[in-house]
Amino acid sequence: MLSKRRLAAGAALVVAALVTTTACGGGDGDSDNGSDKGAGYNAGLDKVVNASTKKGGTLKFIGKQDFDSLDPQRSYYGMTWDFMRFFTRTLVTYDTKPGDASNKLVGDLATGPAEVSDDGKTYTYKLRDGLTWEDGSTLTSKDVKYGIERIWATDVITGGTPYLRTTLDPEGEYPGPYKDKSKDKLGLKAIETPDDKTVVFKLPKPNGDFEQFLAMPTGAPVKQSEDTGAKYTNKPFSSGPYKVESRQAGKSLVLVRNTNWKKSSDPLRPALPDKITVTISANLEENDKRLMEGDYDLDVNGTGMTQSGRVSAIQEHKESLDNIQTSFVRYVALVHTAKPFDDANCRKAVFYATDFAGLQQVRGGEVAAGEIANSVFPKSIPGYTDYDPYGVLARKGKPDIAKAKEALKECGQPNGFSTKLTARNNNPGEVDAAEALQEQLGKVGIKVEVDPIDGAQSSSITGSPKVVKERGYGMTMTGWGPDFPTGQGYGQPLFDSRFIFPNGNYNESQIKDKAIDKMFDDAIASTDPAEAKKIYEDMNKRLLDNADWMPFIYEKNISWRGSRLTNVYSSAAYNGRYDYVMLGVTK
Amino acid sequence: MLAYLIRRLIAVVIMVLVVLLATFTVFYMLPRWAGQDIAVLFAGKATGAEQVEGIRTKLGLDDPLLAQFWEFVKGIPMGREFANGNDVTQCPAPCFGYSFVTEEPVWNTLKDALPVTGALAAGACVLWLAAGVATGVVSALKRGTIWDRGAMTVALGGVSLPIFFTGMVAMGIFVHSLGWVQITDNLSTDDPVGVWFETLLLPWIVLALLNAAMYARLTRATMLEVLGEDYIRTARAKGLGERVVITRHALRSAMTPILTVFGLDIGVLLGGAVLTESTFNLPGLGLAAVQAISSKDLPVILGVTLFAALAIAVANLVVDLLYAVIDPRVRLG
Repeated sequence: MLSKRRLAAGAALVVAALVTTTACGGGDGDSDNGSDKGAGYNAGLDKVVNASTKKGGTLKFIGKQDFDSLDPQRSYYGMTWDFMRFFTRTLVTYDTKPGDASNKLVGDLATGPAEVSDDGKTYTYKLRDGLTWEDGSTLTSKDVKYGIERIWATDVITGGTPYLRTTLDPEGEYPGPYKDKSKDKLGLKAIETPDDKTVVFKLPKPNGDFEQFLAMPTGAPVKQSEDTGAKYTNKPFSSGPYKVESRQAGKSLVLVRNTNWKKSSDPLRPALPDKITVTISANLEENDKRLMEGDYDLDVNGTGMTQSGRVSAIQEHKESLDNIQTSFVRYVALVHTAKPFDDANCRKAVFYATDFAGLQQVRGGEVAAGEIANSVFPKSIPGYTDYDPYGVLARKGKPDIAKAKEALKECGQPNGFSTKLTARNNNPGEVDAAEALQEQLGKVGIKVEVDPIDGAQSSSITGSPKVVKERGYGMTMTGWGPDFPTGQGYGQPLFDSRFIFPNGNYNESQIKDKAIDKMFDDAIASTDPAEAKKIYEDMNKRLLDNADWMPFIYEKNISWRGSRLTNVYSSAAYNGRYDYVMLGVTK
Repeated sequence: MLAYLIRRLIAVVIMVLVVLLATFTVFYMLPRWAGQDIAVLFAGKATGAEQVEGIRTKLGLDDPLLAQFWEFVKGIPMGREFANGNDVTQCPAPCFGYSFVTEEPVWNTLKDALPVTGALAAGACVLWLAAGVATGVVSALKRGTIWDRGAMTVALGGVSLPIFFTGMVAMGIFVHSLGWVQITDNLSTDDPVGVWFETLLLPWIVLALLNAAMYARLTRATMLEVLGEDYIRTARAKGLGERVVITRHALRSAMTPILTVFGLDIGVLLGGAVLTESTFNLPGLGLAAVQAISSKDLPVILGVTLFAALAIAVANLVVDLLYAVIDPRVRLG
């Protein structure tokens, strides 16, 4: 017996020793940089950390998720757009300034923002001097036109944003450059290139956000002789300060200096590091450790640290962290076609009965999950106000059961009703939050059945009104971030009835409100940002008054800011991520 | 013997085809029957009806299951092309499908991943077989002693601890705390042998720990059973030395069930050690499968599944043939 007891005690000791060693393992690696002090907690939110013009060194990214595509016309991930500025330039781009100042558009290939005609339908750009491709040839207006034309080849160039195509050619008349019968393959009528340095866009109708579409990589030039169609993603031809040296999808990417790029043609990019590496690595916890040890400088995904990484980083390296406010909103869509949610009072009952603070807690609290939401627009999007008709902020997120019951009476369901709520099972914490909401609503008699769905398939489940009806879903829990930082870029897919599609539908509430549709038309037609902002504020009020769509969290994350990094700041235009193209390293 | 071999080979081909058909049905047909459109998956986020239609034509997604299946199978020895009007994508033989995420034939992904998975499997197998069988034999021979109990307790621990735990603990100690081992991200065939060895050392040990434990327990149980057999008593009565009795008579007989399990394990491992590869970020088949799942890259998932099925079938075939070597009764049967 004694030997068994000894054995057990010995085993316990070994396990304890292992666990202790692992727990301490994060901080004291032998790296040169792991022990360096960061610049301070939240130092990178609204100002530049370690401003520097020092060149040299290797900037090292790590991440779990690979880029969706390195082809500018095929990418849709925010992190890719942020990263792509290393080797892709567009006519206009987001300003290289911290925080909300980044939302301003400035000239990149173009000398400045467009000269817009009085009717808002003609945009003219002049290209800068000295623009070159990576082979040293001159980058011309025709390259810009050709690059944009590629979006029309929808059977080859898949995955990117459709905005330029649907705005410039709503009827889809142009077949795309690969089927273009004209000799120079530049047959798209809506773009004119009167000379090598002028690009003119002719819009069928005004769109106040048109320049936003051009700031996305879909507006990037592509040199016709270098276009390899669908395979362009494996070796994009650079117009920026770096070019692709090697690429292994799902594993790595290495960029080196593009020696033919001229600084004089590019006032925005400091091009500090000599080399940029991206390592894709599947183990998130391990990635966090490698960041903390200084093996890598930052997470290319920019989605924040894991729970375990966060805990040890906050304890040991708080000065290297930023609690970044993203433009992402977590919400519950209340499906208007699912009875009794056709009645606004039943939807209001959900607003009153929801314990927003409880949902915030389930998702990880204010620091890890984010702030309680009151407006349908996130804070960085024009249209956000502090309007709070259900007293969510006033009660610090707590529910008002009495008002919920009153609303239920008014909608003719005094004893509550039954409904189904979906949550994506591949989104950490979403099913937990849905179950918490189920319990909260149960207190006023709303019986909720939670149906966890495959997140990867959501566009054909919750994105299909037919499937939603067949399965009897009344509520959908999910999240949303803007494609570009305006009311249209954020809200139109969510709230405009003309965006209800048979598949890939994001107006999951199925809001069919002519007044809302008109507000979008008016705001988009306006070229005055202040006027558009006012319209979106009114839209926010109308959507909330009708209890059409229930936001509950403005997402935040904890991001690691490596101590070697210079010129670091969070850019609102890139969903709160660091502005990659500005970064340098100290050694 | 030749007839036996041919019979087994035919069985392997049929098995692989059945697995392939089942996998093909799960990936390409079940979503269609459930009312979901997998062409949407290939199209990405901004999906227009025309775009989806083009993809459907290009991939032949509207064709009947068997026609699609036949095209796929034919592509393996002959290569194939995906066409929608002028837009033609070539997939040379061996075509295990074409990934529209990486814009490369699936074979390129498999080809890059195979050396890593192969090296991981080979090293781990040697370690666990040697350690597991040796421990099992010693335990059986010294039944009831402290050696036996100690070895079996460690073995129980090894079986019980999941790889993501032992892997993380091992990395925590040997990589992060002590710094004895340096792990290279994204191992490739360009890296020198030393780098491969250093990077694979911990994965080998961790994987071997899990499996060696099982083999130790299995070997011990089988050995104990065999040691009680009449022919062992006879061998001893004939005056054979204990060493000969154990190695040539007992162990040889005890190896049959071990070999069966070993064949399956090696096959499974060659199909991708998902947890080990994910924990250590080894770019093998398992990790390729995980990444393909997260990027909804169906052709790669299908390719890895097919390869895993092939690996298991071939490993089993080899084991069946080895039976004949180890146990002459198999040849008679």
